[in-house]
Formats: sequence, C-alpha cells, structure tokens
Amino acid sequence: MNFYESFRIALKALGANKGRTFLTMLGVIIGVMSVILLVSIGTGVRKEVTGQLEGFGTNLIYAIPGNFEEMLGGGGGAMAMPSRQFNNDDVEAVRARVSGSGLVSPMVDGSGRLTLRNNTMFGSVSGVDGNIDEVFDITLAEGRAFNNSEVLSASRVAVIGNTVKTQLFGNRDALGEEFQVNDQRFRVVGVLEEQGGGGMGGSLDTTVYMPFTAAQRLFGNQDISMIAVKADDPEEISLVQSRIRTALQPRLGSDGFSVFTQDQMLNVMGSIMGMLTTMLAGLASISLLVGGIGIMNIMLVSVSERTREIGIRKAIGARTYDIMSQFVIESVLLSVLGGLVGIALGALGSWTIASTTAIPSAVSLWSVGLAFGFSLAVGIFFGVYPAWKASKLDPIEALRYE
Amino acid sequence: MRDNEHHDELVHDTLSGGAPGEVVLEVRDVYKTYQISEDVEVHALRGVNLQVRRGEMIAIIGQSGSGKSTLMHTIGLLDHPSSGEVLVGDIEVTDMSPNELARVRNREIGFVFQAFNLLARTTALDNVALPLIYAGVGAGERAVRAEAALERVGLGNRLDHAPNQLSGGQQQRVAIARALVTEPNIILGDEPTGNLDKRSGIELMMFFQQLHEQGITVVLVTHDMKVAQHAQRIVEISDGRIVEDRELSADERIDARVELEEYLEAAGIDPTADDFEHIGEVHDDGDVGDDDEDGPEGFTA
Repeated sequence: MNFYESFRIALKALGANKGRTFLTMLGVIIGVMSVILLVSIGTGVRKEVTGQLEGFGTNLIYAIPGNFEEMLGGGGGAMAMPSRQFNNDDVEAVRARVSGSGLVSPMVDGSGRLTLRNNTMFGSVSGVDGNIDEVFDITLAEGRAFNNSEVLSASRVAVIGNTVKTQLFGNRDALGEEFQVNDQRFRVVGVLEEQGGGGMGGSLDTTVYMPFTAAQRLFGNQDISMIAVKADDPEEISLVQSRIRTALQPRLGSDGFSVFTQDQMLNVMGSIMGMLTTMLAGLASISLLVGGIGIMNIMLVSVSERTREIGIRKAIGARTYDIMSQFVIESVLLSVLGGLVGIALGALGSWTIASTTAIPSAVSLWSVGLAFGFSLAVGIFFGVYPAWKASKLDPIEALRYE
Repeated sequence: MRDNEHHDELVHDTLSGGAPGEVVLEVRDVYKTYQISEDVEVHALRGVNLQVRRGEMIAIIGQSGSGKSTLMHTIGLLDHPSSGEVLVGDIEVTDMSPNELARVRNREIGFVFQAFNLLARTTALDNVALPLIYAGVGAGERAVRAEAALERVGLGNRLDHAPNQLSGGQQQRVAIARALVTEPNIILGDEPTGNLDKRSGIELMMFFQQLHEQGITVVLVTHDMKVAQHAQRIVEISDGRIVEDRELSADERIDARVELEEYLEAAGIDPTADDFEHIGEVHDDGDVGDDDEDGPEGFTA
C-alpha cells in the first residue's frame, strides 16, 4: 500500500468524525496561533523600541531603572528588576551633577490613541523636556519645540511625528490645530521632519512629543521612564556616565539603575526583548504540547474504537506498516491542518494588532517555520504510540472485539 | 526472500487454474497450547493433520471448545501453531513473520466471517476493493475487479451502498465478493450463516455450492451439522483432535436449491414468483435495514 492510499484512508476517517476532528485540532490551532502572535508582538515591540532609540542620534547616555548592566554583550547574566521608577527629583539630581558637560531630558514613554474627528491612530507618546531638539537628533519641519515654561505649566502642547501629521491632518496645516491623545486635547506646536526607515511604525514618525509634565498627567503618575543625557563632547561620554552614576547611586542604590550609552542601550534592549520573545514563544509552545497530548488521547480512543476495523484490515492482508502509516498520517494530518489554521489565525491577529495599536507587530518567518515544524513533530511524536498500538493488535483478538 | 519468489509463482494459478486434487493447504501434526497461567495450559489442538485439495468443499465441524476456532485461525494463517507445520501449496508458512503471513493471507485466503465484518460507512465497492489496496493493485484496476466481484455475487447494482443500507444476506454477499476479489486459493467461511435468517442462510449455502461447482475451494467452519451437510467432505474435531474425516454420501448431502424450494413451499411462497436467482436479485422492498428484515415475511407482502 502506498502513501497516497494511507492518506486517503486517514482523510476519510477524519471526515467521518468532523466535530471530534475539529475539537482535537483546536488544541494545536490555539498553540500555533499563540506562538505566531506572541512572537510577532515581541519582535514588533523590539523594533519599535530600538527604532526610536536609533532615531535619537549619537552622544546620548541613558539612565534606566533596574540593573541590566550585566546583560551587555548579549549574554544572560544577573539582572535586578527596578525597586522603583525614577521621579522628578532624580532628574534634578542628574541635571545638577552633569551641568556644564551635558544636556538632560527626562523621558516619560507610553502609547496612546490619537484622534482628530473621525481619524484615529495609535502612536507612541513621549514626554520630554523643553530642549528636545537640542538633546535628541531630531529636526523640526515646521513650528517649534515646546519651551520651558510650557514644561513647567504642563501645557497640553505637542510636537508630532510626520506620519501622525499626515494620518490625522492629511495635507491640511497642523500647526496651531488641536487633536486628542487618549481623549485629552493637545495643540500642535511643531511637526518633525520625516525620519523614514523602520518600516511600519518603530520610528519617530509615529510618535507624539509633549512636555514630560503633561505626559505624567496624561498617564496619571509621577514616574519618569528614563533619563537621557546628551554629552557636549563625545570624548566625555564616560565622564558623564560616571557623573550620572554618582548622582543616582545614593538615591536608588547601585542595583536600582543602569547607565548605558546609545549603543549599549540598543544592545541591552535587544537582548531583553529577545529574551521576552523567547519566553513568550516557550510558553505558547507548552499549549502546543498540550494540543499534542490531546491528539494522542483522541488517537488512542480512535484506535480502540476501530479495533474491529484494524482486525478486518489485518485479516485481509494489511501489514504492520500499513496500519501504522494509516494512523500516523491521521494524527499528522490533524496536527498539520491545525498548524495551518493556527498560522492563518495568528497572522490575522498580528495584522489586527498592527493596525489597531502602536505595536508594529509583524509575523516573522522563523516563527511560522517554528510553529509549523513543531506541530508536524507533535503529530508524528504523539501519533506514533497509538499507531504502534494499533499495528500490534492481534487480528484474532481484534476481530472478536465488540 | 527465496520463499517469497517461490511464492509469487503460486499466486495466480488459482480458482479455475491449477490442477484439481492438488493440495492447496496442509496442516501437519499441529499442536496449539495456550498458557492460561503459570500452571494451567489449554491444549486447543493436539496433533491435527489435514489436507485441503483444490476444488474441495469441506466443512470443519465441532462443538465450541473443540479446537474448531483454533484450527480455523491456523488454516487462515491468523495464528501460529505451537508445533507442527502449515503449508500453503508447498510453501511452509509456519515460521513466517506477521507481515509475511499478512501477504500470504491477502493472496491465498478469502475470509467470510459470521459477523460479515465489512467496514462501516464504506461503500460495497470500496469494501470489496480493500484487499486489493493491500495487494498493491492500482485504483483503476481495483474498481474494475471489485465491480466484477460484486456482479458475480449479484450485487452489481448495489456498488455504492454502505453496509447499513444492505440486508444481512446482501452484506454477507459483499463479504464473499471481498473474499473472491483477490482470487485466493481458499475461501474460508467461519459460521457464515450464523447471523442470517433461515432463508438468507439457505441462499448463502446455495451460493457456496455454486462457487464449489465453479471449482473454487471452500472450507466452512461450523457447529451446525445441517450447515456442514452442504459440503462434500466433513471433518469433525473434538477435544483438539480430528475424530472423523469423511466424504459425504449423496444421500446425506443437502442440495441448497432443493432445500430452498422446500422451504419456500412450506412457507407458502410461490417459488416461480421468487425464483432461485433470488440470490442475485435486488430487494426493492423499500429500505433494507437490519439482518432480520430479510426474512420470508418480507416477501409475502
């Protein structure tokens, strides 16, 4: 008997029990869908974060809460989760310490729903200091950056990325116009030049900049996500780094923060996101494994239900291999069909997330390959035992089976 | 390997081919012992010798527990004897692996079981074609041969019916078509009339007798002397030994045609309105359901 015949028999058996086939496949569908979805979200977030950092230019030093310094160089190493977030006093301490050798800007990062009448999009929200065009390497296409008095008064003014401008305002003039961020009204005072790159999202183009005080009000807390410092002189980067450390150490303890250069930051962010993505994919794989156990379970049921059929087939000439391949192909079909449906649903989910949130989630080829390969392996692995059991049945016993 | 090559020569010199009287299956001094527990042994067969010659119609008769089923499984190559030899043609199959046995079963033996044992939700045509799948026959030839086999048992117009759409008698005929389709050396019937009503049973025996007349070797296993009397030779087994092996005299033998005639007469059915070709005829009496519905009452209406 050739492969095609086994395939036909297996397909027929699955078709005879459509409800059960679907429910069994559901386990694999959910598992594969979660792998695809979580990995694409993970890579999307990574792209978003690193894309933004890259847009900020060089000579930048960042202080972030928590100790991630041992993650440099891509290795694992110990890390300490932040004991607390930065606050405004931390920023002032850093500012006092580095004055004369660098410019300081606190950053309050988040995302928000941007609305103008019927136009809605999701974008990153970045609360910064008044000197944004001096600290970060960004150029205004029109308008101005917000000034220090607007920062002090937490004015709801914004400098918007180029994509935000075109999506909300189209060709119309945006300067002086109002739009909404999470239902709070903001007035556009400046528009950034198009930065490009980064594909969809993941760049400054989809970001709204506002005074960090306004951002704190928008998010309803007093936290500072990180502190950015631009060294006046590239030669002094390590000096500035150590000054930032001196400023923060008494306030947060040596494990309470990390100071990175732009490159180090990209490196560390990359490995943190990579770890998170791997962890998420690993968790999702567990559900795939559970789906596989479901397949094995149903295949065992199927073998015992069809004991008599197996007896008939063996009596009239089916060999061990014929019975074995019939059942293995059946379980592989279950898992592979489930895998394909899961990939389709995962891709759909990822597309939905990309178009309704600020996360530029995109299905990565390796996650598709991984999920498909894994579901195939699950089908074979969990199908072999029931199939082996079926193929070892004694035809006499099997024919007596009621 | 050598056995297999040799075996191939033997495969299709069957049915009409091959010399009548030639031994197609032989059991030599076969013992079968089941180890029930450490110190309890059951001797199902104790030194059985049997030769089946081409074209014979043999009935193996015995009470339950006589070793009859074990002998049937041995002849049907479904079971290994504990000692002794089993030969198909002149090929020794005693020590063959399960896969080699499956191959010999597929080509040399056609089974007809008491419980029909057709695949559910599978058309008559696909059921009959099943052994050919395992014989490696291509789809086109399978369909042709399966259809021919079904026509031979008078079910040429029931190709697409699933077992649950056929009467018991019809299902058993599908099973016979499945047994015939590989052109085996022996048709082996295990209580083939056991699940049939009286009339269908008689008709089935008539059909076996027709196959016998066409030169096909038939071995029936039964506990019912009346069924056994349709054969030409009776082998009686008791307590694991063959106690009698004889040809039936013409007086003893039951001709199923005559039997059916008498039966129909006794039941008050006009035999001319319902002729002997009943076996090949379609029951167009509405839905044909369970085995029992094929009884004579269905035809008086």
